[in-house]
Amino acid sequence: MSPADVLRRLGRALTDRIWRLGYASRFMLMTLFYSGTAFKRFQLTMREIYFTGVLSLIIILVSGLFVGMVLGLQGYDTLQRYGSSEALGVLVALSLVRELGPVVSALLFASRAGSAITAEIGLMKATEQLSAMEMMAVNPIARVVAPRFWAGVISMPLLAGLFSAMGVLGGYLVGVQLIGVDEGSFWSQMQAAVDFRQDIMNGVIKSFVFGVIVSWIAVFEGYDADPTAEGVSRATTRTVVTSSLAILAADFVLTAFMFRGI
Amino acid sequence: MNRAVIDLWVGVFVALGLAALLFLALKVGNLSSTDVGQTYNLQAHFDNIGGLKVRAPVKSAGVVVGRVGEIRFDPESYTAKVAMQIDTRYQFPRDTFATINTSGLLGEQYVGFEVGGDPDMLKAGEVIKKTQSAMVLEKLISQFMFSKAAEDDGKK
Amino acid sequence: MSPDPLVEIRDLNFAYDNRAILTGINMTIPRGKVVAIMGLSGCGKTTTLRLIGGQLRPTSGAVRVAGRVVHELDETGLYQLRRRMGMLFQFGALFTDMSVYDNVAFQMREHTDLPEELIHDLVLMKLHAVGLRGAHHLMPTELSGGMARRVALARAISLDPMLMMYDEPFAGLDPISLSIVGELIRKLNDALGISSIVVTHDVQESLKIVDYVYFVSAGKIVAEGSAEEIKHSREPFVHQFIWGESDGPVNFHYPAQSYRQELHAQPARPSGWWS
Repeated sequence: MSPADVLRRLGRALTDRIWRLGYASRFMLMTLFYSGTAFKRFQLTMREIYFTGVLSLIIILVSGLFVGMVLGLQGYDTLQRYGSSEALGVLVALSLVRELGPVVSALLFASRAGSAITAEIGLMKATEQLSAMEMMAVNPIARVVAPRFWAGVISMPLLAGLFSAMGVLGGYLVGVQLIGVDEGSFWSQMQAAVDFRQDIMNGVIKSFVFGVIVSWIAVFEGYDADPTAEGVSRATTRTVVTSSLAILAADFVLTAFMFRGI
Repeated sequence: MNRAVIDLWVGVFVALGLAALLFLALKVGNLSSTDVGQTYNLQAHFDNIGGLKVRAPVKSAGVVVGRVGEIRFDPESYTAKVAMQIDTRYQFPRDTFATINTSGLLGEQYVGFEVGGDPDMLKAGEVIKKTQSAMVLEKLISQFMFSKAAEDDGKK
Repeated sequence: MSPDPLVEIRDLNFAYDNRAILTGINMTIPRGKVVAIMGLSGCGKTTTLRLIGGQLRPTSGAVRVAGRVVHELDETGLYQLRRRMGMLFQFGALFTDMSVYDNVAFQMREHTDLPEELIHDLVLMKLHAVGLRGAHHLMPTELSGGMARRVALARAISLDPMLMMYDEPFAGLDPISLSIVGELIRKLNDALGISSIVVTHDVQESLKIVDYVYFVSAGKIVAEGSAEEIKHSREPFVHQFIWGESDGPVNFHYPAQSYRQELHAQPARPSGWWS
């Protein structure tokens, strides 16, 4: 392929992506516009919170615990070299609350719940269920898309909080119970160093933003999937990949804004 | 899926999530201390605030009694106007000394209150008359070096 | 006897991606009649249904349902129209996360304020009409193809529409289910006093039950008439279609180069970047 062909292909890929982004934004606006049903008949959204949030509990709790435990081990190993092993609580808590909690739980959420949402909506499209709904004068965006979107947005901060809490517990179990760091200084230094507004609130804001991003991508890819088996499979892959990249990029932007002054 | 079962599990999920966030806020963070509770306003003027930042603690006898609210430059007196939110539980006499200290050698800066013996207390919105600016490290060093040089000159 | 027709299509043109799908279509669906639209796969039959239902907009021309032009309706008007239309999709398109009962009750719960006791009776009546009252507790994945389609039919008529549209209702069914579905289409049409449009390429079943037939080929109407007229038509395409002849106006061979030339030619290089 000549360089001109390569450029042409790149250019087309770029314009396709930008066009798709515009389409996705318009889709997002429509979802927000038709969100009334998702709240007036909250039962619909609750059902989706069950499928996205409750069914993700196990993986989030277990992962959080393990991440916290690893932080405890690695953190102790480095800190005790400088004689600062009592700062283990600070290390574990800040790493989790500021970064690992929101980011890792969002990545896990994208792969578990995000892909499930995409597959479900994509399959409904492929089996003409969305079309049937339209012909029965029920707006599929209001009935199918919006509840899933809001369920994701609501579940995400809760899951991130659970991840961080489990992580702190894991760090405590390894650091204090297993290794023998002083329990008092573990908690007291942590409480002194972790600021509610700076660290915890920012972490919650991050997880909320990630929730919006993952849910948006998940419902859009499902709604836009090719109505074939292959199309749905491609769409689910795209959800996981695009969400993960978007989460990490957004994390950088948010961190730069929030933790600038420190 | 049964409606009642879904409702139950969603309720459990949301309760757990909120409990986790509460745990983080109270046990992991420092929410329980100053941020909740009534505060009143006190002001002070400093020639140099050094590295004092908004939300830095205000301590008396080493205990946090308030937070720095707003830091503004006063174009009339060419000094820094620092507004502080002090916990209503604590009253300070009118001849309190407000100084800017550094925690540890190179740590963050905070406002320290050293009390005098005045029987009248500061009221909300009042200005603390006696202040001492932050000690800027560079000035200290140059002072030290100049005084050292002067000493040597004197000896010669 | 019947006043104005229920559906009127005049000079309809529809193109997609610069490809003309329908050209100069004129159709009339009278009230109380069952009309079939027949033709090869991919000739624009399903597109016509979507144009009537307002899911697609015509490039030019007009589709009128009950006197109102479909693509000029605003969102509210369109949804009101759709509440009075029922559509049976090719493989049923039942909502897989709900039971048969909930599927049939769907429209009643969404569009009316009827109490659950009344909905209960109505759902069972609709299921009884298609012979599946005993299956109301099953999930769609537990149904056979024919049963799923009958449930979808019950769902489509749940609000007593004035127009029923069937997209390939006979596709892939066993002979018993075929005649059941055919019977149901005719009986429901007459019992409810509605009009029905059946898009199909199943000649035998549809000619048993329809009143009028439109033949579509390559986006144009090539023949029309009552069921009797069509059966005895001399038009070559219609004849080939009705009698299932393998060759005629519709060629057996896909257009290709001369056979002799191709046999002696070099084999094509495999395409794709990995060769």
